[in-house]
Amino acid sequence: MTRRLITVTLALFLPAIGMAGEYDLTVDRVKIDTGDFVKEGIGYNGSSPGPTLRFKEGEDVVINVTNNLKETTSIHWHGLILPFEQDGVPGISFPGIKPGETFTYRFPVVQAGTYWYHSHSGFQEPNGAYGAIIIEPEGREPFRYDREYVVQLTDKHPHSGDRIMRNLKSSPDYYNRQQQTVMDFFTESREQGFMATLHDRRMWGQMRMMKADIEDVQGFTGLINGKGPEQNWTGLFKPGERVRLRFINSSAMTYFDIRIPGLKMTVVQADGNNVQPVNVDEFRIGVAETYDVIVHIRDEQAYTIFAESMGRSGYARGTLAPREGMVAEVPELRKAPMLTMADMAGHMDHGDMDHGSMNHGGMDHGAMDHSSMNHGSMDQGSMNHAGMDHSAHGGGMPEDPFYASGSGLLPTASNGGKFLSYSDLRAQSPLYEEREPTREIEMRLTGNMERYEWSINGVKYEDADPVVLQYGERVRFKFVNETMMTHPMHLHGMWSILDVGAGKWNPIKHVISVAPATTVYMETEVDAPGEWAFHCHLSYHAAAGMFRKIVVEGGPNEDVASGDAQAKGGDA
Amino acid sequence: MKTRNPWLARICALTLMGSAIVQADEAIDAHNVNAFWGVSAEKLEYRYSDSDEKLAVIETDAWYGSDELKFRWQFTGEWEENHNAWETLENQFLAQTPISEFWDAKAGIRIDTPEGPDRVYGVIGLTGLAPYWFEIDTNLYVSDKGDASVDFEAEYELLITNYWIVSATFETLLAFSEDREIGVGKGINSTEVGLRLSYDLIDRAFSPYVGVVHERKYGDTADFARASGGGTEDWFAVVGARLAF
Repeated sequence: MTRRLITVTLALFLPAIGMAGEYDLTVDRVKIDTGDFVKEGIGYNGSSPGPTLRFKEGEDVVINVTNNLKETTSIHWHGLILPFEQDGVPGISFPGIKPGETFTYRFPVVQAGTYWYHSHSGFQEPNGAYGAIIIEPEGREPFRYDREYVVQLTDKHPHSGDRIMRNLKSSPDYYNRQQQTVMDFFTESREQGFMATLHDRRMWGQMRMMKADIEDVQGFTGLINGKGPEQNWTGLFKPGERVRLRFINSSAMTYFDIRIPGLKMTVVQADGNNVQPVNVDEFRIGVAETYDVIVHIRDEQAYTIFAESMGRSGYARGTLAPREGMVAEVPELRKAPMLTMADMAGHMDHGDMDHGSMNHGGMDHGAMDHSSMNHGSMDQGSMNHAGMDHSAHGGGMPEDPFYASGSGLLPTASNGGKFLSYSDLRAQSPLYEEREPTREIEMRLTGNMERYEWSINGVKYEDADPVVLQYGERVRFKFVNETMMTHPMHLHGMWSILDVGAGKWNPIKHVISVAPATTVYMETEVDAPGEWAFHCHLSYHAAAGMFRKIVVEGGPNEDVASGDAQAKGGDA
Repeated sequence: MKTRNPWLARICALTLMGSAIVQADEAIDAHNVNAFWGVSAEKLEYRYSDSDEKLAVIETDAWYGSDELKFRWQFTGEWEENHNAWETLENQFLAQTPISEFWDAKAGIRIDTPEGPDRVYGVIGLTGLAPYWFEIDTNLYVSDKGDASVDFEAEYELLITNYWIVSATFETLLAFSEDREIGVGKGINSTEVGLRLSYDLIDRAFSPYVGVVHERKYGDTADFARASGGGTEDWFAVVGARLAF
């Protein structure tokens, strides 16, 4: 009784006293050593990644950011729900932080979980300007663990972001060293027959598309918490402990397939929101996503955290060990996947939109797998609502409604076990009441690989009008991926409720990955007035134009209008 | 080299670049990046023929601009060692814009200042990627003397591995009228076929290569060449490098 009284008293007082965390961050030029190369980059408080920020749900934070660079900077608090002026997108939320200036961010922390922060200016994020955020919940978490680690991944490249963008614009296959060769032709001819191989090359050649077009930017070193595979980031544990690993993919361009050979992982959180636990052997983390997993380690031995890039051009590696210096075997990279005609279906079906020059008549339809190209298989999101049980009609091929049927990108676990799918994700507790969306907005994800142009509905950011939403709406976004690349779409300021066909249990995310030739739906409760960014989180796609400004008009009180319309300006 | 035409060239370059820079200033504040540049040398090579002809060949390309509009400066030079003279010295200043998914149109001027008479041409052209990965570049030229000609270039890259690349090239020039002063006859003037094996040593920035080139002149053009003591058909061994910045 007394105890309860104290708690209540504390609860009354705490918001007033001592619940404002104050943090200082400096933005600095730093050296980044990956073990493979040393590169000048950008970091926070003298290092890249920057310090892990620990907030408490319910506190008001004050963060003083001092720019020690010779260029404008900014920090975006990725996944945090906050007033739009604090969101850190130059030209949309604020003008940016000029050299030598200190900008003070102030916002209430209204959520819990694993998030991250990064610069939203130019290519400072790929150049090293990122760090982790952990928010401790007010209440008790629905799972327990004995210790925790942040496992923050990135794809550090020896070239600066500006140079990568320029090279991609000059020659989109500049970094692609997985293209099919004459040698591959001979190997494939032996396996599949000469005519079949010739036919295959003829089809792709006619379209001027590459099956190997999965990772635009190869040649990186995968880092875990700033350490390359040789430097081997190590997290210690005592046998018998449950260890919570907070995976954050801070890569510019790279999706990772993550496993810890010998350990089952229990996924408990996705993008900062608790999900109903799923046991998996492996999972794919899209760019800018986070997944929290718990591993129960019984044996006194070392385990490798192995994160292969989706296109298998590189990997990150770390270790969980009972003692410093212990290591486990590092697996070989698996064979690089290849796109299939199924992954091209979106591009071809909508070829008439922007691709007037494509010669449909000349395409050899006879050779294509029509079953994988029909619209039925593309509209996977809507099939889900009908509550279809995909496992029931599965033939030989494994299926995942979030990949085109017959896609070359469909992942499988290396041990033949369970690979996490979006369709496994269920919210632990719904954030919003279920209701019908007030309207649907279609976003076609479009591009031209040969020119390295990326856009939404065929229009680049510089030519596009903002998307205007009304406060209080529930908008259903329909993402139709008409390209052959996977795009992690990120909406600032408001939650993205991913439609996995689970109604009110649909998971709540901040990044929705859309695989080639698929249609994915998400719903958003428009509950945050102001101006927000919405974009593909692949750095070079966003910079090329796959980006929109979202304006939310109105507000809880009508006079909180859309915020003074700021001039379009600032940098990416 | 003569001095007057390089000056003309510089003025043209400045005018083109100037307008591009104004565009870039407006773009600096936009959220995305939309002006880029590139400098490359597709050919930087030494050719040695079976008839003892020695040539240094340079083909460079510099561009600046956006997805919608690029400005290009293309330079081609052939230095003949035996005569200590530029057999070819050509500068093209072009504006280029996309017209379809894989094709760009271009227009501009070409200024030829080799040993012998000079020419200035108006250029319109088409460049892009044809099905089956053939890179095509073709131009129509009209000279200040009123003569029209067309050139056509195709290139195909065969990947032996992702670093060893064989590139096959074909070039031809066709004139609609004779311009005897500069050795151009009516009809097909010449063909050049090349086969080069390169290795990407530093990214795609430095790729040394070796190869063979076959050059042939036809019809009146061949007669003009013979009359001035030149050959009409040559096999060259080439060694060089491709550069890109």
